Amino acid sequence: MSLAEPEISTQQEASAVAVETPLRRFLSDYFESPIATAALAVLFLLVCLAVLAPVISPQNPYDLAEVDVLDSRLPPGSEGMTGYTFWLGTDGAGRDLLSAMLYGLRISLAVGVMSGLIATVLGSLVGLTAAYVGGRVETLIMRIVDMQLSFPAILIALMLIAVLGKGVDKIVIALVTVQWAYYARTVRGTAIIERRKEYVEAARCLGLTHTRILLKHILPNCLPPLIVVATVQAAHAIALEATLSFLGVGLPQTEPSLGLLISNGFEYMLSGKYWISFFPGLLLLATILAINLVGDRLRDVLNPRLTR
Amino acid sequence: MSGREALSPTLEVADLRTHFFTKAGIVRAVDGVSFEVRAGEVLGLVGESGCGKTVTGFSILGLVDPPGRVVSGSIRLKGQELNGLDEAALRKVRGNRIAMIFQDPMMTLNPVLKIGTQIMEAVRAHRHVTRAAVRELACNALARVGIAAPEKRLEAYPHELSGGMRQRVAIAIAFINKPDLIIADEPTTALDVTIQAQILYEAQKLCRETGTAMIWITHDLAVVSALADRIAVMYAGRIVEQGATSDIITRPLHPYTQGLLGSVPSANRRGARLAQIPGLPPSLLAPPPGCSFQPRCPKAVAECELAAPPVTEPMVGRQVRCFRPLVAEPAAS
Repeated sequence: MSLAEPEISTQQEASAVAVETPLRRFLSDYFESPIATAALAVLFLLVCLAVLAPVISPQNPYDLAEVDVLDSRLPPGSEGMTGYTFWLGTDGAGRDLLSAMLYGLRISLAVGVMSGLIATVLGSLVGLTAAYVGGRVETLIMRIVDMQLSFPAILIALMLIAVLGKGVDKIVIALVTVQWAYYARTVRGTAIIERRKEYVEAARCLGLTHTRILLKHILPNCLPPLIVVATVQAAHAIALEATLSFLGVGLPQTEPSLGLLISNGFEYMLSGKYWISFFPGLLLLATILAINLVGDRLRDVLNPRLTR
Repeated sequence: MSGREALSPTLEVADLRTHFFTKAGIVRAVDGVSFEVRAGEVLGLVGESGCGKTVTGFSILGLVDPPGRVVSGSIRLKGQELNGLDEAALRKVRGNRIAMIFQDPMMTLNPVLKIGTQIMEAVRAHRHVTRAAVRELACNALARVGIAAPEKRLEAYPHELSGGMRQRVAIAIAFINKPDLIIADEPTTALDVTIQAQILYEAQKLCRETGTAMIWITHDLAVVSALADRIAVMYAGRIVEQGATSDIITRPLHPYTQGLLGSVPSANRRGARLAQIPGLPPSLLAPPPGCSFQPRCPKAVAECELAAPPVTEPMVGRQVRCFRPLVAEPAAS
């Protein structure tokens, strides 16, 4: 309008906008680390394998017509009755281990992601409410969280499974119960700082409702630590599910996850048939390691206090 | 008062008291404040830090957080009583009929939301308008406060704008719903002097054009003297003097106002030592007996310690809370 000065700054800023969006800066920061880049690539590959398992796996390990018991416990690379080569060998029921692992990965990841998502939503809402409402409500919620976190996760999960029984849905419920408290605590910690900031006061002065302020103004500002916790907790969920399955209280035999495959092969370990447990174990290790490395890098990049 | 009475004021605040009930005792942050603002008028609310200026602003919006609350008094916006309205009704007033501009533009815009989102949200909180129409409104609002290329700015994040630009955005948001009243809480304090002058000019112009009443809260007499039509001087939760800007600046009646004016550098008194008011503002937890300014007042008499002075109106449109108002004399004598 009447002022020449803002005109100049406008052009300077316009060029700055084009070069550096927050997302672009975040990505370039992330890919500075070769290990994290590799971990992300591995994770991406694993997710693709899991999603495409029914298409790419050589055999449907659940289809009894395709499985021949006479092929059981063949070492890696051996040829089966039908002339088909089992590159990673077969398990005790004669299933192609490679196919079983792909399907197992699919289930492990699905359980981890699903429980992670539900726990994120649930935990964030609880944490946000605690931070925003404050007072006695906050004290009550946070003491429940403390109580929850003071129990070992495996113990709670075992107790719940004992009560609920087996099944994918039951496992997810158990994992959510174990994990929501981590999210609640993280979000509450950030939100309690954010809600004291002036933009929240400004939003109230605009006449916005509490729900809107919470979800649209405070929650997005709490996302960076939440994303980090979500990644790390997803890895924990997968590990915990594997543990439960290994102990035989997790997923049913009809839906073998990686943990169950390891468990199935465990009895043959000492008789030299290492592959039935070894390969699924390796895959599980790779998955958890990749997720954790990605999570570590996210924490470094998203944490403003760690100046690099 | 005078012939102005025909024009009923936009905002009438009468005997407003906002107290904070802390563990250490009752803090009387606002203790019997009365003033009026008319359409298109700028009222400068002046005072030192902690004298209750900001709490007055928040009381009007009904946003005083516990342990504080508005104890008594009346806040009338165009005749409608706001004190005692429920939260839902107040929410319809906030941002719609009364808007607020804050001190630090770095802090008042949400860092993770685009400028456009934040402006449009202010509209959509109160009106049901189509997406395109809101965008149009937001663009116009930005153009009106002197932001070039508004269409592009809508897509920007707050950190991409300078402090002055951000405060312009805040002003655009405040004006977008055509409010009756805007409360500006030291909006230029965090800006450098040249930007400050531009912002003052824009804000005043917008008020005049739209007929919006404005309360400009500041500790800077120099700023309000250039901007405000009337000035209310606050001290320890009370308004000690009120009147037209030129009257207050040239002929202060209250010793505190005179002290404030004396501590502003002026070209007429170049080289002279700046006067300062001795002592500190009183604790609002345990205010001194009688007039709260009495311990620091150069003109205090025995009477001042006994009772708080009542509000008197020695001249038309002038109010002062003092037993011994200064006689009309030029300030910078």
